[in-house]
Amino acid sequence: MENSTKRKCTELTNAAASKETAYVGIAGTMVKYFSCIGVLKSSWDQVFIAFWQRYPNPYSNHVLTEDIVFREVTPDNRLISRRLLTKTSRAPRWAERYLPLQMSRCAYIMEDSIVDPQARTMTTMTWNISHARLMSVAERCVYGVNPENGIWTQIKREAWISSSLYGLSRAFQEFGLARFKSSVTKTMKGFEYVLAKMQGETPSRTLAETAKEAKEKARETALAATEKAKGLASQAQKKQYV
Amino acid sequence: MNSVGEGCTDLKREYDQCFNRWFAEKFLKGDRSGDPCTEMFKTYQVCVQKAIKDKDIPIDGVEFMGPNKEKPES
Repeated sequence: MENSTKRKCTELTNAAASKETAYVGIAGTMVKYFSCIGVLKSSWDQVFIAFWQRYPNPYSNHVLTEDIVFREVTPDNRLISRRLLTKTSRAPRWAERYLPLQMSRCAYIMEDSIVDPQARTMTTMTWNISHARLMSVAERCVYGVNPENGIWTQIKREAWISSSLYGLSRAFQEFGLARFKSSVTKTMKGFEYVLAKMQGETPSRTLAETAKEAKEKARETALAATEKAKGLASQAQKKQYV
Repeated sequence: MNSVGEGCTDLKREYDQCFNRWFAEKFLKGDRSGDPCTEMFKTYQVCVQKAIKDKDIPIDGVEFMGPNKEKPES
């Protein structure tokens, strides 16, 4: 387990670099587990401030709305919040034939968080509340001071991906995992952009270029996943009777 | 950033601005002298909670920090 915490989020394109396992969950569905560590070269307080200001950014075009729906400071001075996000959610092409025609193109995402300024940690739990039978992605992030460099911030990211769609769950899991990985890249780029802006650096053209690169990379990853999922879907189709 | 309730975006932005300042200048520094954004938050909540209800977004009934996730054994 300890080894998994050493995996870096920046090496996500390398399948061997992040920790991935599959196991059987409570309800008997297969759950894919994924974890990695990311580092932001800013102090914990800057990162926590940026966390509430990170939308919109050039990497968040899929985020349509953002709302705080609950917020409270606990007696022990921790800030607890619940944020509701609307994101565009495109199903993979190969999957469209299995989905209801009227299925919404948007997904609602819930994000709960606890900010503890004494401990200098922030814990977030994010999951989709739409299309959850199709695919459920839950992500937990723990933000804290980087033990190797006190002026940097470390993010330990864990994700659980499952699908209870009979016969197609593995295909959706693969798709979900590939999309999750590309979204981690975008999240980190978005954070870096917002932090640079906060620190008074004009986000340069290089950042716009990086955005383009990230987009292309994400497309490549998605393509590879589509191919893999297609194979799984056609296998599953043989077993599927709708 | 826009609110899910089309009519709530201005209220949200006003609140966000207040919150961001309080968060950076007071909360993170351990200053516990009251939250100046409470009234703005209440007004914004009236608007957004109505929008959530109208759109049937199921935000209630989920415990804080979501369903407990199991750890894989490894």
